Amino acid sequence: MALERKEVEEIALLARLHLEPDELERMQSELGAILEHFGALAQVDTTDVAPMTHAVPKDMQLRADEPQPSLSASEALAAAPKREGDLFVVPAIISGEP
Amino acid sequence: MTAYWSIADTVRNIVSGEITATVLVETMLDRIGKLDDKLGAYLTIDKAGALGQAAAIDQKRKAGQPLGALVGVPISLKDNLVTKDLVTTAASKILDGWVPPYDATVVAKLRAAGAIILGKTNMDEFGMGSSTERSAYQPTKNPWDTARVPGGSSGGSAVAVAAGMCVGSLGTDTGGSIRQPAAFCGTVGLKPTYGRVSRWGVIAFASSLDQVGPITRTVADAAALLQVICGHDPRDATSLDTPVPSFREALGGDVKGLRIGIPAEYFGGDIDPQIRAAIERAVAALVERGADTVDINLPHTELALPAYYLVAPAEASSNLSRYDGIRYGKRVDATDLLEMYSKTRGAGFGPEVKRRIMLGTYALRSGYYDAYYRKAQQIRALIKKDFDKAFRFCDVVLTPTTPTAAFEIGAKATPFEMYLADIFTLSCNLAGLPGISVPCGLTDNNLPVGVQLLGKPLDEATLLRAGQVIESAVGLGDRRPPGAAS
Repeated sequence: MALERKEVEEIALLARLHLEPDELERMQSELGAILEHFGALAQVDTTDVAPMTHAVPKDMQLRADEPQPSLSASEALAAAPKREGDLFVVPAIISGEP
Repeated sequence: MTAYWSIADTVRNIVSGEITATVLVETMLDRIGKLDDKLGAYLTIDKAGALGQAAAIDQKRKAGQPLGALVGVPISLKDNLVTKDLVTTAASKILDGWVPPYDATVVAKLRAAGAIILGKTNMDEFGMGSSTERSAYQPTKNPWDTARVPGGSSGGSAVAVAAGMCVGSLGTDTGGSIRQPAAFCGTVGLKPTYGRVSRWGVIAFASSLDQVGPITRTVADAAALLQVICGHDPRDATSLDTPVPSFREALGGDVKGLRIGIPAEYFGGDIDPQIRAAIERAVAALVERGADTVDINLPHTELALPAYYLVAPAEASSNLSRYDGIRYGKRVDATDLLEMYSKTRGAGFGPEVKRRIMLGTYALRSGYYDAYYRKAQQIRALIKKDFDKAFRFCDVVLTPTTPTAAFEIGAKATPFEMYLADIFTLSCNLAGLPGISVPCGLTDNNLPVGVQLLGKPLDEATLLRAGQVIESAVGLGDRRPPGAAS
């Protein structure tokens, strides 16, 4: 199944994944080749088959809404690439003229 | 020889004072120093940490304090298991140098039982691969033939165990990543039932498939590690609150009347004739000891590969969205947030990880979800039904673990060729079943062959019992890989 270059670019944007031009090209052909093998799935009649979302049937349980010990702010921030005091620093989200 | 001690030997010798934990750890570190430049099993060796743990154990023993079930047992951990204060990378550049602030539940359990962590083992980046060639750091060589891969993704663990650079190891298995490298390296690898072992602190690849399990030299050692890591963990919502049996009691039993299901779909034309012959010898060994074979069918087997390669990448694309350059890990600076995300991820992930993120994002995209992801989940239900039906007629399913023995480094030219290496191990994860790979001989080229047993949910005990019968009849015994000679 062939993929358009534009489609590959769109998926990369959705995935927040920068790809160099040569990577995009390779991805286009490789993904296309892999998707070829998935054609077999479409041939299978799955009418009335409930999708299996987890390996073991188990109801999601909520834990008691009680505070538990957790990481301190300094532990949680210890590996941050950029921080200021007890805050993670990110590039400006809102830009433009004031 | 210390390098190939079993868990039982090690514990006995530590408890009796035959050897101190410190001397044992020094011996193991020395051996790693001699062998691992050539084999590349370890990404991180925690010399100071291991010696510190050993000294603490020696102290405890002297003081007459109670010692754990794995006291002094030197182990290694796949590098996607989070270890407090010990670098954990999942073999990815995006986590280069990351020092986690906590221990995974399985790691905490091992520590509490007295196991000594020697270091972290190499793997395919984030567990995505079948050869350990997709590590962002280094290749790992198969000690049976260093021109060949050890399998993957837990290749470093399998090599460390096979070459006597630890007594046992923990790997993770999403589509065969414990069993396939175990088979390639002549070791035992067990993937527990989904939910048996906590996933808390396991770097997530595909959450509905991932499971932690032991890689060891013997079935008894696998039982000993499994015993310690199993059990309910309230921190993992998918962890099962089910009693854990004594796996040791399962050992040494007979297989009289055990019904071994032989699925026609796993014995087609693609299997190497020498693999087939070794598997037949394993079957014969079971039959000789009173087991019965039953021909079964698992009709949806050939759909496991496409279903897996939609479900796993879809979940991975979601799980790996956490690597955004903000809270931990690599960051590439940029002027706006979107560019920072995508530059960071573009620079931090390797080619196979990128491929799977793209594939998963494609399958989950609005308008394609029903045709791909939902369809794959429906196929998954059909595969599970196949097993449910088969287990009405048999107690375990027996197959080859892999269609061929270890392949040469660089042999798989395209991504899809590599995906085919897992063809016999994927269904187990999709159905959530326990599975074990046990060595059952060598090929003419002196390469190990593994036989796979798949069990009913929560029936690891039967896998261990049957696995041990195979091990004693057609296992490798004292044959050690030539690449492990120092």
